[in-house]
Amino acid sequence: MAVVTYLTRVGGFWLVDQVDLSDAARAWLGYVPGAVLMSLVAPHVVGGGHAEFGAAAATLLVAWRTGSVLYAMVAGILAVSVLRRLPPPL
Amino acid sequence: MAAAGPRTGDSTPFTRRGVYDGFRRSLPVAAGVFTYGVVFGILARQTPLSAVEALVMSAAVFAASAQFVVLDLWSRPIPVTAIVVTTFLVNLRHVLMGASLYRWLARLSRRRVYGTLFLLNDESWGLAMRARAEGERDAAFLLGSGLVVFLAWVSASLLGLTAGSVVSDPARYGLDFAFVAVYVALLVGVWEGRPDLVPVGTAAAVAVAGGAVLPGNWHIVAGGVVGSLAGVARDAATGRGFAHARADHSGATPESATDGGTGGAGRD
Repeated sequence: MAVVTYLTRVGGFWLVDQVDLSDAARAWLGYVPGAVLMSLVAPHVVGGGHAEFGAAAATLLVAWRTGSVLYAMVAGILAVSVLRRLPPPL
Repeated sequence: MAAAGPRTGDSTPFTRRGVYDGFRRSLPVAAGVFTYGVVFGILARQTPLSAVEALVMSAAVFAASAQFVVLDLWSRPIPVTAIVVTTFLVNLRHVLMGASLYRWLARLSRRRVYGTLFLLNDESWGLAMRARAEGERDAAFLLGSGLVVFLAWVSASLLGLTAGSVVSDPARYGLDFAFVAVYVALLVGVWEGRPDLVPVGTAAAVAVAGGAVLPGNWHIVAGGVVGSLAGVARDAATGRGFAHARADHSGATPESATDGGTGGAGRD
């Protein structure tokens, strides 16, 4: 982990020292973080119940409104613990 | 780009004052990183990762998103390949940041460059790029900023690892959902608008489908690779060019990203 992370840190500088990245390559790199994060989230939300779905929505709202990972996490935890004590709405 | 090359007789300053400025001006951001590091420490307590391992990881890897992501993968025996591949994918954005720093750092000794780049992180990169847009020339600004963020991250991890031991049954308090919540929040942070809809949507579909058929956590890698490629494919197919070939997701201001970000590899 440490090694590959350091390689990515110095890799960009080193690469530009050697070659120029194409626009397509730069666009691809730009899309990677969002795609990876969604891959982490989606199975938990789709595979979970109403509590996970509702809590994910609450987390999304708080993260969007506050921009704070900490507040969003607290909101998600509170929402899921409350919703798990309630019956499914449908 | 490389043709722009170093201008002769124009050396880049790299001074103690630059370190100090970067350190001081990054303190507010470091406070945010600190809260985040506490969260990492608490979450790490819920995994098979030992406290010492988690602390060593924070100091040696020093990459929040990658560390959060691999916590979910961590098990015994350690799935080395999945962890290394995932770490690489999550950290690929650093390649772009490093590339965008080329013109600023090119005239420094390689020892200084590769030492400073160990501390490269999203926040410091964004702050340094903004400072440079405002006239900062001292490249040690990046080192100072990296140092304060590093100290905040490692000390906060330690605090979280220590305080996290008071929680014994995570699911009872909904704490098992903390991972998902953090990923959702990070996703909101990297979201840059409608162009992200195709790659992120594709990633969701591939990850959900892949989770049913792929072993281990390979659905994460599959979703990440296929989703990001779908974004590029859409760019190519629509013929609008790669306007989205941005340099970062770091939360840097649009001005600073325009000034120093995407330009690093192409404009000069």
